[in-house]
Amino acid sequence: MNQAGETRRELALDCFLLAGKIMMESGAETYRIEDTMIRMAVSQKMMDSHCFITPTGIMFSPSNEMATRFVRINSRRTDLERVALVNAVSRRLVSGELTLQQAYDEMLIIDQTDYMFPIQIQVLAAAVASGCFLILLGGGWQDLPFAFIIGGTAFYTVETILVQTRVKFFAEFVGALVIGSLASLVIYAGLGQDLDTIIIGSVMPLVPGLLITNAVRDLMAGHFVSGLSKGAEAFLTAFAIGAGIALVLSF
Amino acid sequence: MNWPLEAFLSFLAAGAFGVVFNTPRRTLVSCGLVGMSGWLIYRMFFLMFDDSVQATFAGAFAVALVAHILAKKFKMPMIVFSIAGIIPLVPGSRAYNSMRSIVENNYLEAISFAADALMISGAIAMGLVFAEVLMQMVFKQQAKRIQKKIGMTRN
Repeated sequence: MNQAGETRRELALDCFLLAGKIMMESGAETYRIEDTMIRMAVSQKMMDSHCFITPTGIMFSPSNEMATRFVRINSRRTDLERVALVNAVSRRLVSGELTLQQAYDEMLIIDQTDYMFPIQIQVLAAAVASGCFLILLGGGWQDLPFAFIIGGTAFYTVETILVQTRVKFFAEFVGALVIGSLASLVIYAGLGQDLDTIIIGSVMPLVPGLLITNAVRDLMAGHFVSGLSKGAEAFLTAFAIGAGIALVLSF
Repeated sequence: MNWPLEAFLSFLAAGAFGVVFNTPRRTLVSCGLVGMSGWLIYRMFFLMFDDSVQATFAGAFAVALVAHILAKKFKMPMIVFSIAGIIPLVPGSRAYNSMRSIVENNYLEAISFAADALMISGAIAMGLVFAEVLMQMVFKQQAKRIQKKIGMTRN
C-alpha cells in the first residue's frame, strides 16, 4: 500500500513537471504555469506544494516530507497550440475527467508531437504580415511587393540559421542584416520609394512581442526573476535586430 | 483614412501572426478579430486626440479585454489571443527611427524617439494590466465559486 502510494506520487510529480516544462518551452507566462501546476497538485491532494519557475528551470516541492524535484529547460520558442493543449489536459485532470496516468500519457504525446505549421506557410504568413504593416504604417502601395518578399526572406533566414546554429541572437542579427541590405538594394535600383517603411514593415515578424508582453506581465504578477530574465532576452533580441539594421544604414 | 481597408489589413496581419506563433487552428479568426479591434481603437484615439501614448493604452486595453472574453469562451489561456493583437501596437517605427538617428550621430533626436518608444511600451503594459484587473473584478464571484469547488480556498 505504501509502495503503491509512493509510485503514484512519483507519477504525479512527473506529470506536473512535464506540464510545466512543455508550457515554459512553448512560451506561456510564468504565473500561468505556476497556477496550472498548483491546481493540478491540489487536485491530487497535495495541499501545501510550492513551485518556483524561471525561464531556465522549474523547481517543485510537493510537501515538507517529500523530496523537491527539478527540471531544466533548454530551449524556448513560441508554440501557443501546445500551451492551449496542456491547459486543456490540466483542466480535465482537475475536473476529474482524466486519471493521473491518462493525463501523463497525453502530456507525453503533446511533448513528442510537432504542432507547428509547415515552414512554407509560416514564411507566407510572415510575408503577408510584413505587407500589411507596410500599408498600416503609411507606406505606398508600390512598395508592397518588396516588403512582402523581404519580410518572407528575412523570416526564412532567421528560421534556417536558428535550426543550424541554435544561437538566437546571431540568427536575428543576420535576419536584420538581410532586411537592411535587400531594402537598400531595392532603393538603389530605383524600384522602391521609401526605405524606412519598407524596413519597418519587414522587421515586424522578428519583433520580440511575445517576450516583451510576457516580461511585463510576469513583473506585474510579482515573478521578478523570470520577468527580468525574459526582459533581458527581449532586450537582446531588439538589440540584435537594431544592430543588424544599423550596420547596413551606417554605410 | 480608409476604415474598411485598415480593418481588413489589421485583421490579416494579426491572423498571419497567429500562424507564425502557431495558435490553435480554430482560434485564428478570433486572433484576427482581437488584432483588428485593438488597431481600430488605437487609430480612432490617435485621430481624435493626436497622442500615440494614450491611443496605445486604449488599444492595448481593448486587446486585453477582447482576449479575456474570448479566453473565457474558448476555455484557453488568454495569451493565445492577446499576443497577435498586441504586435500591431508595438512601437517599431519609433525604435527604428531612434536607431537610425544614433547611426547618423543625431543623439538628441535619438533620445526623444527612444523615450517615446519607452512610453508607448509602458502604455501597452498598463493597458494589459488595467484590463486584467477590471476583468478579475468582474469575474471575482465566478472565480470564487470555482475555487471553492476544487478546494483552493483555505477556509
